[in-house]
Amino acid sequence: MKIAVTSRGTSLDSEIDERFGRARYFIIYDTETEASQAVDNEQNLNSPQGAGVQAAEKIAKLGAESLITGHCGPKAFRALSAAGIKVYNTDADTVKEAIDLYLAGKLSQANDADVEGHW
Amino acid sequence: MILAVASGKGGTGKTTIAVNLAKYLTDPVDLMDCDVEEPNAHLFLKVVRQHSREITVPVPEVDESLCDGCGQCSQFCQYHAIITPNAKPVLFPELCHGCGGCALVCPTGAIRETQRRIGVIEISTDDHIRLIEGRLDIGIAMAPPLIRAVKANLREGITTILDAPPGTSCPVVTAVRGCDFVVLVTEPTPFGLHDLRLAVDMVSEIRIPFGVVINRYDIGDDRVQQFCRSHRIPILVEIPDDRRIAEAYSEGIAVIDALPEYRPTFERLMASVVDVMNHEGKSDANV
Repeated sequence: MKIAVTSRGTSLDSEIDERFGRARYFIIYDTETEASQAVDNEQNLNSPQGAGVQAAEKIAKLGAESLITGHCGPKAFRALSAAGIKVYNTDADTVKEAIDLYLAGKLSQANDADVEGHW
Repeated sequence: MILAVASGKGGTGKTTIAVNLAKYLTDPVDLMDCDVEEPNAHLFLKVVRQHSREITVPVPEVDESLCDGCGQCSQFCQYHAIITPNAKPVLFPELCHGCGGCALVCPTGAIRETQRRIGVIEISTDDHIRLIEGRLDIGIAMAPPLIRAVKANLREGITTILDAPPGTSCPVVTAVRGCDFVVLVTEPTPFGLHDLRLAVDMVSEIRIPFGVVINRYDIGDDRVQQFCRSHRIPILVEIPDDRRIAEAYSEGIAVIDALPEYRPTFERLMASVVDVMNHEGKSDANV
């Protein structure tokens, strides 16, 4: 299964980007193969509106079934739910830490957005 | 003549200039408050409400029984107001620009348009001034359709003064487009100069004749004046930093009502606008 993690850099050791729609990168991690890939999100980063919705579309297209991020706003959460993507909020420092917490079952699935849009 | 009063920076005195010009003129004048996020021209007038009207924009509605989930609507929508991540479209009306494209490209006819309210237009009068004011609803972020609705009230042959929103983005472009002249109000501070440059670029791009009013000209420094001189931008009039103007403003009284000695300032402003327009007209004819 693929999981998307919002990241400030392109490696597993990069810091988590606590924003979802305007995250700098998405790290797509495959839990079966343990392979990871960094996807640039620069286009959304500069989008005045709808960044969360576009980001949700983007990670859905990349095949992610779960998302680990700092915070997620209401429009993004609706789009992610419609795409069947589960959301996990975390305050972990790095992408790797977040993935380890997720795999250890220490992250709980979010039932709703945890911040307003454009927080 | 349609005269827009704009600025890059907010709080430079657009509304003060627009309202006082409207008051200075004696023939019937239409004053259009296009600063629809915070219209405030009415504060300086004694208006009698004539009527008000709701303004809506079209947004899509999907009949799921007809939708086969093909996603063509979502591929078309560049604002991501309709997405199809999984079998059925999901709508985000607040992102919709109302272009109607999704309904046009839908092969099964599952999409039709409904109306979403974005604000109101209020028309009122004060003596020779007809005020047309747009007011965006709270929580709505889409000003241009409402500004277009305000401008739809333009009357041929009536002098129109249009109070534009601050900035240089879509709402301002929507407001000033089609105007005959733009008065850019600025102040002689680094912020004023920075945003004036942006505003000058914007107006030049749309190719509308313009000039600058320097408000509170005796504060700050002389870089705005230098900028105007080096770019051959006409300075239409300069207004001093007069505490009495601020006091009148705070009480909702127009400058020329509270301080008649400023009447000649607005007379000069109007004359400068006409001068610049005539000059531009001539140079156009020479080309």
